[in-house]
Amino acid sequence: MMALCLSVRCVKALENRTWRCLTAFRRSRQSDAGRQDGRWERVVGLEVHAQLCSKSKLFSGSQVQFLAPPNSLVSFLDASLPGTLPVLNKHCVEGAVKTALAVNCTINKRSTFDRKHYFYADLPVGYQITQHRCPIAVSGNLAYNLCVGKRHVIPKFVRIKQIQLEQDSGKSFHDDVRTQTLIDLNRSGIGLIEIVMEPDMCCGNEAEAAVRELQLILRTLGTSHGNMSEGQLRVDANISVHRPGEPYGVRTEVKNINSARFLARAIDYEIQRQIEILENGGKILNETRAFDYKSGQTIFMRDKERKQDYRFMPEPNLPPLIIYDNETLPSNVNPHQVVNIDYIREQLPELPNVKRRRLVEKYGILVEHSFTLMNEDGLVQFFESVVEQTQASPKKVIGWVINDFVALLKQNNLRVNQSPIRPTDMSEILNLLENGCITSFSAKQVLTELWKNKGKTATQVVELKELGLIKDQKKLEQMCQCVIEDHPEEVSEIQKGNWKVINKLIGQVQKASRGRTSPTLVEATLEKKLFQRCNHRNED
Amino acid sequence: MPGCGPSVARCRCQRGGFLSAPRLVGLPEERGRPTATWRMGRCPDGGGARWGTRVPKTPTWTLTEHNQSPEVSMEMIDHLECLALVDFRNQEGVQRLASAIQFANQLHVVDTEEVEPMDSVLENRPLYLRADEVTDGDCTEAVLSNARQAVEEYFVAPPEVRGDLACRILH
Repeated sequence: MMALCLSVRCVKALENRTWRCLTAFRRSRQSDAGRQDGRWERVVGLEVHAQLCSKSKLFSGSQVQFLAPPNSLVSFLDASLPGTLPVLNKHCVEGAVKTALAVNCTINKRSTFDRKHYFYADLPVGYQITQHRCPIAVSGNLAYNLCVGKRHVIPKFVRIKQIQLEQDSGKSFHDDVRTQTLIDLNRSGIGLIEIVMEPDMCCGNEAEAAVRELQLILRTLGTSHGNMSEGQLRVDANISVHRPGEPYGVRTEVKNINSARFLARAIDYEIQRQIEILENGGKILNETRAFDYKSGQTIFMRDKERKQDYRFMPEPNLPPLIIYDNETLPSNVNPHQVVNIDYIREQLPELPNVKRRRLVEKYGILVEHSFTLMNEDGLVQFFESVVEQTQASPKKVIGWVINDFVALLKQNNLRVNQSPIRPTDMSEILNLLENGCITSFSAKQVLTELWKNKGKTATQVVELKELGLIKDQKKLEQMCQCVIEDHPEEVSEIQKGNWKVINKLIGQVQKASRGRTSPTLVEATLEKKLFQRCNHRNED
Repeated sequence: MPGCGPSVARCRCQRGGFLSAPRLVGLPEERGRPTATWRMGRCPDGGGARWGTRVPKTPTWTLTEHNQSPEVSMEMIDHLECLALVDFRNQEGVQRLASAIQFANQLHVVDTEEVEPMDSVLENRPLYLRADEVTDGDCTEAVLSNARQAVEEYFVAPPEVRGDLACRILH
């Protein structure tokens, strides 16, 4: 009865509050290692579409470029004009094979193309050429790492069902002013690889970690830029829940997710939504939902109850794609027409997880540090150059690189290759620190100074700004004396026996000397002076 | 077509001749088997050559009766209409559909046990792989010239058959 009296706004407010309470409840209860919280098993599967990095499109010779005047990168094939035929791009095939090898897939040496029919304004030909029956690669696995808390990292696997080559569709924009839909076919025909994963994941965090790892792999291989915000990597999540021991529940598909972080939120929201409905005795409908990042909720998009019939048929204009390896390679074939799996495998660059393991073993850094190093483009090279040129141990270097250097990069919104500080500068600062010429506080100041003024060396800055360590014992004693005289209360506290207060005095000396004193030396001097004072007092 | 008989198919071969389909001229014996000859007739602009063919004069197969009438329900019609955007909503349409399905169902009589389906006669030809170079595109005017309506170099899509606002979020 009460519900009827509430206005729409109140209901919405209540919904939001319930959602926020549930979120807090969920966070406190979420077990990252397991898929159940005792009552429900969560099942999450991902379908990832990655745009291939190539100069021309998959089946036509038009250019691939992100921002270009509308319909300027469209050939007659992309515009679906009759009398045109698709011709497969070799680079795209190699890209698909590289990706498949990186995730341990079995390459199908013979794969075929199919047509997937559906009507939509941005698909003028009415079908998409894809690989439905016999894709280019099957049965792989993606190894990723789930970060739990700040220090703990759990290795995980997700099985990959298949990888296939397909075409992208055009883009449609809704013009509200004239209430019409405008179509730009620049994107139509660009090569995509679809990576279908098995439903092995159970929460948003796992999906996010898997997608981030996939992005890193794609970027390392050079197959795709993997930028979710630019639409180069599109992820659709299939989510369902069921009681332990029962068969899988009805699943819903969530689309329109444009960052890894939103992916985690969308999945968690959808899981909660489904659990709530089922616990209240409702039924989940097989539908497609869109994620609205502003409200953090998934909203209904279209009904999938009546299963969309894509009327798959073999693409008659394309014979099967044959891929060779060293054993099956025929001798009389044109090398430009050959995609050789073994050759591509030899050319594969060092994959991210191998690189991380090598960094940890070689430099003795923590696993989380290796993650941070890999996440910034060029940071690994920077770190390795600094370690080479400095006497400081890698464990010390890593702290400076990850905390101070990266902080400066983030503050100024720069990438590693745009940084005004070179590895030589960094290593010079660390050498000065190792040799005891400056304190770590001064070192930070030098770093900031060098950031602002290119062209100076660290030693020059230290001299100019007088940041060198005060080694003169007399001067030190003078400073300590001043501080002791200025702080009689603290001194009396110490003389009563509360030695911890000496830290405050050390701090004062540091402040007075602008961080140019070594704390241990200061403490020793202060202790000596106070001891002398004590003795004087006793003698009095 | 001017200058041709009533039952002649025009051949689009580059030699500029035409095939006279039903007029079988002569039956030269070849290896003991009768073959039909398709003669290239003369076109006003020249050409002409003789072709041989192994297509038999009389059919080697017989028609089998396949009387089972297919079940065509209203749900199926709705579904097919949605997919193919064709209007079946009259009795004539339903009957035509039923007879079309019946005609096609004759294929089920053929025994295809343990036979790999053939997608294309090109299945033993190698698939040509193109080098990754930009050789096309940059013809906005030509591409837009076919559009019924264009706005600032965008195509204007026709009004949606199934209005689905949420679909637009995708793109």
